[in-house]
Amino acid sequence: MKRNRVAAALGGVPWWLVLVVGLGIVALTTALADASYRVIFGAVAKGFGVTMTVAVVSYAASLVLGLFLGLARASRFRPLREVSTFYIELVRGLPMLVILYYIAFVGAPALAGVLNALLAPLIRSGAIEAFQSRSFDFATRAALALTLGYAAFIAEIFRAGIESVDRGQIEAAHALGLSPAQTMVRVVLPQAIRNVLPALANEFVAIIKDSALVSVLGVQDITQIGKVYAASTFKFFETYNVVAFFYLCMTISLSMLVRALERRLKRENAR
Amino acid sequence: MSGFIRIVEARKTFGDDVRGNRSHNQLVRALDGVSLDVDKGEVVLIIGPSGSGKSTLLRAVNRLETLDSGEIWIGDDAVTAKHADLRRIREDVGMVFQSFNLFAHLSILENVSLAPRIVRKVSAAQARETARQLLERVGLADKLDRYPRQLSGGQQQRAAIARALAMNPRALLFDEPTSALDPEMIKEVLDVMTALADEGMTMLVVSHEMGFARAAADRVVFMDNGRIVEQGSPEQVFSSARETRTREFLAHILN
Repeated sequence: MKRNRVAAALGGVPWWLVLVVGLGIVALTTALADASYRVIFGAVAKGFGVTMTVAVVSYAASLVLGLFLGLARASRFRPLREVSTFYIELVRGLPMLVILYYIAFVGAPALAGVLNALLAPLIRSGAIEAFQSRSFDFATRAALALTLGYAAFIAEIFRAGIESVDRGQIEAAHALGLSPAQTMVRVVLPQAIRNVLPALANEFVAIIKDSALVSVLGVQDITQIGKVYAASTFKFFETYNVVAFFYLCMTISLSMLVRALERRLKRENAR
Repeated sequence: MSGFIRIVEARKTFGDDVRGNRSHNQLVRALDGVSLDVDKGEVVLIIGPSGSGKSTLLRAVNRLETLDSGEIWIGDDAVTAKHADLRRIREDVGMVFQSFNLFAHLSILENVSLAPRIVRKVSAAQARETARQLLERVGLADKLDRYPRQLSGGQQQRAAIARALAMNPRALLFDEPTSALDPEMIKEVLDVMTALADEGMTMLVVSHEMGFARAAADRVVFMDNGRIVEQGSPEQVFSSARETRTREFLAHILN
């Protein structure tokens, strides 16, 4: 009896987490006791703000763009559906790294050209200066690329959410006289978003990891600073330990929040 | 001018593919020339085997289904007109579904007050007050802040009736309102419906509840294969149906 209870209690412990936290504490204490690790920590930490800014800005923008793409994808109006499907398939078929290079070196000059054409009168009158590729710094281009890439994935999540809402909910709304737009905003989306909240949150974890790709453009994020530091000091082992430590702190804690969210939603749905 | 709801020669065919790729060998004739008038204040019960087209007919009245041909009028509004004001028609005709279809993310009170608020632009306070009164009327005064999943089927269906009433409709459509309910909950829903009938609500009801038919229905319509086979008073149809098909069907469900 007693042994069963102990076994049950031990079985309920998330051992992987205990291991992770334990290792984290060991890593942190040994590292901070070591002068060279302290220096690396300080250096890499400077990239933390850039990593988070790129991740948060791209994520927020891709949520907005993804919502509209997802709505278009679920639309009954065929041209909208076709255009959004075209975009989504195209973007999902490309490696994120290629999207990044493409936006940075093809997209940015093109965007400058388009803006110049659109704002030609203002530029001619001297009110604003003509745009050039370098008007957009690499961090902006990187965030734009991540946004365009993630919007495609997020659009599919929204579409799945919209399609997960029971048809009867829509009929009931129509039967009450709600317009299609009111039905979408008041009845379908609130339920759809709730259903896909964990999936949406997981995309944030993914975008934090993919934000490391911006280092190829020389943006000073955690990875880029680590790369440069390691190359100049040859302390590859220590530097990449610290880099990994930073990412894991962010991703594991967020993953745990997502799990807690999933459990809460499941409990509420079961009630 | 005859009935308040007038259905004239309604026809509707379903293909096997909902997207419109009709393959001609799989056509199902859901409505095959149905004409029916419902007067103001009349309660008409539609019975018939599954697939007889009774739900399709009901859903065509507020245009959740479109007809292939034929006309449906509600008062002076042509439901089937190409540019019909669907919103006005649907405001005028409430609908109660077999699976309740209460909005899962809203409390019962919000379910009832939503449409008046955003379709009728009634003030939030006014909509809440009306919703509270309606829910009290269907016996749910103590459940206002509950969510649909926290209620029994019977309670959900009564809330759904209150939601339909909140738009102050001139007629109510019931699509098998008790079919998804456990036996002990059927009565509480039928009691609400009977009370509405007594108050003079115009009702078109797809249901096989004979008790309700006898207590509240003015007329019973028997449909089969997309056609109206016969109709008459509940007494007449249940005890002395003219058509063999009707008698067979009734023998089937009365056992």
